[in-house]
Amino acid sequence: MTAEAIIERCRDLVTQPLGAVAEQWKTRHPGGKVVAVYPVWAPAEVIHAAGMLPLSLLGGGTSVELTHADARFQSFVCSIAKSTLELGFQGLVKGVDGFVYSNICDVARNLSSIYQRNFQDVFVEYLHLPQNSTSPSVAVYCASELRRLAAGFEQALGLGVTPMALSKSIDVYNALRARLRAFYAFRIAEPQKLSTVDLYVVLRAATLVPPEEAIPSLDTLLAELPQRSARPRDRLRVVIEGAFCEQPPIGLLEVLEEAGCYVVEDDLLLGWRWITGDVAGEGDPYDRLGAAYVNQAVPSSTRHEGREHRSVGLIEKVRRANAQAVIFMPAKFCEPALFDYVLMRQGLERAGIPHMLVEFEEKMWTFERTRNEIETFVESMMFD
Amino acid sequence: MPAQVTERQYQGQVHAVSRQLMSAWMEELGRAEAEGVPTGALMISGNCVELLRACHVLPMFPEVTALQAAIRKKSLPLILKAEQAGYSSDNCAYVKADIGLFLDGGMGPGKPIPFPTITVCNYVGCNVYVKWFEHLADISGSKLFMLDVPFARTAEPTEQDIRYVTAQLTELIALCESVSGKKFDIDELREILAHAARAEEGYARAKELCKNHPAPFDAYFDAINMMGPINVLRGTREAADFFDTAVKEFEGLVAQGLGPLSEERFRTVVEGPPPYPFYKSFRNLFSKWGAVGVASTYSTVGGIWEFGFRHDPRRPLESIAEQMLRENLTNRSIVARYAQIKRYVEEWKADALVIHSIKSCRLFSAGQGDMREYFTRDLGVPTLMVESDLEDPRYYAEAQIRNRIDAFFESLEHKKLVAAAH
Ligand code: SF4
Ligand code: SF4
Repeated sequence: MTAEAIIERCRDLVTQPLGAVAEQWKTRHPGGKVVAVYPVWAPAEVIHAAGMLPLSLLGGGTSVELTHADARFQSFVCSIAKSTLELGFQGLVKGVDGFVYSNICDVARNLSSIYQRNFQDVFVEYLHLPQNSTSPSVAVYCASELRRLAAGFEQALGLGVTPMALSKSIDVYNALRARLRAFYAFRIAEPQKLSTVDLYVVLRAATLVPPEEAIPSLDTLLAELPQRSARPRDRLRVVIEGAFCEQPPIGLLEVLEEAGCYVVEDDLLLGWRWITGDVAGEGDPYDRLGAAYVNQAVPSSTRHEGREHRSVGLIEKVRRANAQAVIFMPAKFCEPALFDYVLMRQGLERAGIPHMLVEFEEKMWTFERTRNEIETFVESMMFD
Repeated sequence: MPAQVTERQYQGQVHAVSRQLMSAWMEELGRAEAEGVPTGALMISGNCVELLRACHVLPMFPEVTALQAAIRKKSLPLILKAEQAGYSSDNCAYVKADIGLFLDGGMGPGKPIPFPTITVCNYVGCNVYVKWFEHLADISGSKLFMLDVPFARTAEPTEQDIRYVTAQLTELIALCESVSGKKFDIDELREILAHAARAEEGYARAKELCKNHPAPFDAYFDAINMMGPINVLRGTREAADFFDTAVKEFEGLVAQGLGPLSEERFRTVVEGPPPYPFYKSFRNLFSKWGAVGVASTYSTVGGIWEFGFRHDPRRPLESIAEQMLRENLTNRSIVARYAQIKRYVEEWKADALVIHSIKSCRLFSAGQGDMREYFTRDLGVPTLMVESDLEDPRYYAEAQIRNRIDAFFESLEHKKLVAAAH
């Protein structure tokens, strides 16, 4: 299959309702169960090890009109929280048996219990992601939290996790993440051959199919991409930061590139790339995942990192990707992103890295103003 | 509308003693730097103030500073300063007021509000806490200790939860020892916890007295006088004594059949923090209808004592951990809060639920529409929801709020009359 054909398939997959994705998989796996995870963190290995299909739960995007959820969440709450609840009300996640939320912010926390109250026939779990990054007890605690999740699956969905199965799942996801890293590395090297929109749909599609199925397609694509013919253009190399939870509309990603940027790093779908290398070590798989959470985690606004300043991880990303600027792209009303913006901005200014702010909403459909702003920013940088 | 209800303007000992105790604490804080006393910034919700006290680290509370700025109507310029520095209009304004105070030169070395020696983020439910204290530590250069308290997501805290929190408490003790230069003494902590338990008992008894008709005080608006002593000064003998005084005073009012208003016409349960910049005028909107808050959720952010939990000097660290994990409002889910409110409505015999939805505070407010659904549809409890802010005066639309409150109580009054006629 050609690169274009694979990307097209991915595009098609990401536009389908989550419930339909779940049902299709279940038709092929009678008796199977599906568990969807709200951003940011995705404990996919544990779900997979129980023989279930892990899916990313990313709200309603541009396609869902709010008819019930806006009466439950106020106007000052981000859109993804509302549209995720709306998916339930409109039956668009029918076929998904379980939902996992975690403590990324106050809104997600409230959403988790409100979701359960309104949809009592599905399994809902709320995971605590440790925020202390230096205590020796954190990795152990994180492992215990994953064990609790597995016990919940067994009790509510009747599917247990054995240590052996979890070790295997870790290997599979190590392999998947290695591919994802390869795509990111490729884009840094040759952004003209892999647009952010393409990378995004591929990445998102990889969160909607079993990893064993994703890997061969990703390998084909990785082999195909270098063959693409595209001349490098004179564009501004930027890092997108802040879009880790609510998803920016694809139109916005397109506009970024049309307005003269190469996005060379981003924090889209971060949870599926949380662990920055292979989960290391031998021994108990939960302990290994717990240790990876502490020591191999990608810097994120949803996790406190006591060992370094907020901006350090971002500056490192900029340097690693050989980027020239940062585009802060928080979702409207997203407190973790908006708070971090302040400290990150200060850090960038100290390091002399230019930046701009582009707020978005998943439902946004006109981008002209944003296009102008980005063009102006790019021009000011390129023709200085 | 029937005869005008008035406030009794009762300002008893509770009010006076609370002010006096809180002022003494603020003064102590103002002297701390000069006297070389180490300070520790803490959050109010489910805090471990007893531990800092036992470690001879003077607690300070940025939330109290923010609250005081709002109540003195000084918050807006501070908020604007923070917004100019890059904070969003959508960020919690409590944080912005505090940052604004620093940018305004009102906080820092040699100031009445000094920089903390250590910044202890008791992360109890509110994720903004994490951000706030990261920023405070960044500004002040003080050591940040992230005390990670797992959210209450199981019926009881798990063994691992308790072990995890107590392990961190032990690490915190070591940090405190290093800044105070004093050895931690567990027996001293036990003594402090005994004072804490006595204050908790007193606060719970005071709230219990609001089951009387009329309630002797407004458990939303007047509870603020008790929230300082219970959340900030807990663990001191003075705070424990304060609650003895309070209970005695309220018992006296109950004996005389007196409440905060000339007449108690409606009993409400109030959910959400108050609009501090308009505290008095917001209160008036309820008082004129004879509406008294007989229970409130806001008064339990630091701890839910009315349902029986007390710190236990025999199990010092474990009981501190339990309190942080389970026995406070903010570390529980919003749906668990429905159960708390339901209990208030039933046991305190309330006529209605008032939800004050706060834009700043998504911890409290995100999803309160669902709460309203539950109370009106599932339980048939008349529920009023109004929206403003606890710190930012720009979100307080008085006319709109007044109309909604008036319409709500008018209809409640009508229902009462109809019920009486049958
Ligand atoms: S978009 Fe931001 S505020 Fe909304 S749920 Fe996600 S992390 Fe929380
Ligand atoms: S979000 Fe709410 S609980 Fe958290 S700091 Fe702000 S006002 Fe306080």
